[in-house]
Amino acid sequence: MTFLQMLIDAASVGGLYALTAIGIGLIFGVIGLVNFAYGEYIMVGAYVLLLTAGFYWPVAVLCVLVFVVIFALASDWLVFRQVRRAPPETLMIVSFGLSFMIQYFYVMLFGSLTRTVNFLPEISRGFEVGGLRIAGVSLLQIGATLVLTAALAIFINFTRIGYQMRAVSENPRMARLVGVNSNRIIAAAFAISALLAVTVTVLFVAQTGSMTPFFGVSLTMIGFVATVIGGLGSLPGCALGGFLVGALTTLLQMLLPPDLQPFREAFVFAAVIVVLLVRPRGLIAVRSSLERV
Amino acid sequence: MIDEAKITPSAIFRFLWPCLAWVVLLAILTFAISAISPAMSRIATDTLIKLIMVTGLYIFIGNSGILSFGHGAFLIVSAYTSAWLTIPPMMKKVILPNLPQFLQLVDAAPYVGIVGGILLAALVALLIGIPLVRLSGIAASIGTFAFFIVVSVIYNNWTGWTKGTASLVGLPVYVGPKIALCAASVSLLVAWLFQTSRYGLLLRATREDLVAARASGIRAERLRLVAFVLSAAVAALGGILWGHSNGALSTANNVYLNLQFTIIAMLVVGGVRSLSGVVVGTLTLSIIGEIFRRLEIGVDIFGLNIILPGGSREVLLGLCMLLALILRPDGLTRGLELSWPRRSANRHKLPQENPMELHS
Repeated sequence: MTFLQMLIDAASVGGLYALTAIGIGLIFGVIGLVNFAYGEYIMVGAYVLLLTAGFYWPVAVLCVLVFVVIFALASDWLVFRQVRRAPPETLMIVSFGLSFMIQYFYVMLFGSLTRTVNFLPEISRGFEVGGLRIAGVSLLQIGATLVLTAALAIFINFTRIGYQMRAVSENPRMARLVGVNSNRIIAAAFAISALLAVTVTVLFVAQTGSMTPFFGVSLTMIGFVATVIGGLGSLPGCALGGFLVGALTTLLQMLLPPDLQPFREAFVFAAVIVVLLVRPRGLIAVRSSLERV
Repeated sequence: MIDEAKITPSAIFRFLWPCLAWVVLLAILTFAISAISPAMSRIATDTLIKLIMVTGLYIFIGNSGILSFGHGAFLIVSAYTSAWLTIPPMMKKVILPNLPQFLQLVDAAPYVGIVGGILLAALVALLIGIPLVRLSGIAASIGTFAFFIVVSVIYNNWTGWTKGTASLVGLPVYVGPKIALCAASVSLLVAWLFQTSRYGLLLRATREDLVAARASGIRAERLRLVAFVLSAAVAALGGILWGHSNGALSTANNVYLNLQFTIIAMLVVGGVRSLSGVVVGTLTLSIIGEIFRRLEIGVDIFGLNIILPGGSREVLLGLCMLLALILRPDGLTRGLELSWPRRSANRHKLPQENPMELHS
């Protein structure tokens, strides 16, 4: 029973990380951008929930969705499109600068202290099934991860935009030559990653009920790590990486002796280094990531 | 490298020119600024120490082309080592009663702390570098970042030795603008000698085209390791001086994470591919940051009292960074070094490098 309990907890945390990792991995796969500002898509959504507190909840979620998608598209249009051809380290620092700027803009607007909102308290209430204590939000996290990952896989593999997205990711120049409007495809990728960010926001806020302008950072960091160990550019890899990091964190939390508890993160990241050394291209390597002569 | 057949003073001067010119400029700026007021002299010291850190970072990133997010760890390791060695024993007994006996009793001079800190950071860099240099590209960045998190979590929770998230106080404050200037000049010189040495040039070849460099028999991993250790040592010097200029150390509130991102940003804004980029980037972001800090406190301009709301300094700083990168994606210097004035203007210019294209 305790094992099942552990499994459920691990899967729900892992699910949240997997969604974050897929959002980051999708953009990386399409334009090679390591998007630090992804955490800010999650963060700004939380503040929309704060402002729409008291609305009927689907309305609130819709507001978040609209705002975050527009926000993500604007970040692409105003910033990332301007540096499309820049070297990768510049892209990385640009996204970091953007993320930094947005965080402090929110400090200006809302202050740097923790704000709380009571969003959908019903779903975070736990219930017991045969001795297992399950919070509704854990089930939602697992469910959302499965549904969204499956939907995304279908979208990428079987729709027109999905085909084009893979084409841009394989070879942007060739894709342009055969008539793919790459800016539109990239915008679509940003919109989808914003959708994933909204899911993370809603689940995260429903679970914790609190936010600061900086809470996106730690999620993004874990998302990156998950993306890289899963295999950059491979969406199943990102999902797997997210699940593994989440599961490992949860397991360590339960299994480590108390005096080693504070060092939990050190163990997780040491494991990340080991995975990278054994499989530098990630657990599920993408063929196009191999350097060609 | 200089042509060994023609080593004359003028040839050496010409060879060192791109580095010396910056050192002279920094010296003039330092003396001019620290003459204004003690507060300004603190700002000069702080900027010079950041310059040392950026130089350290550049030795690895600039030559190998691999973005490291791990150098913050060397700042932490070296700063705490120097603190353990140099805090007076009387204070250590009170502040850090859990330190082992031999560290409790040590009462070392500042330079022992510096040497100790650099050695330990270099050793850590060697140990972690051996596996990490096998990684390339984004995996290397994440690998070094994971290393940083491991070190930072350990120091954050190792309360008996580091006071954890509370401040470790009592470090002798001996760093002023002059010491910082000397250290910065030495760092710049080390970086210049390394990048023009045989190893530096070979490493730059692996940066431009790893496959071709390997095919020509260059051992990329070994060269990267050399650069990684050297770069950690120089960054460590910056970390130590930082501690001894503030008089206190803390790992709370992601201090080192933010510091690390600040120095990476300085390097990228200036241009990762040249030593001039290090100086230009550090000075630019420091000056802009300082101006906005003043504005946030409030300043009178033509009788108007301008006070910016809290948080706006960072927003404006971020905005400037973005603008700089969008307008000049290869950095303000575009990877060029200073050239020898007049006759042979193109002699020391590096060839214009094409921005790396995304691998298709």
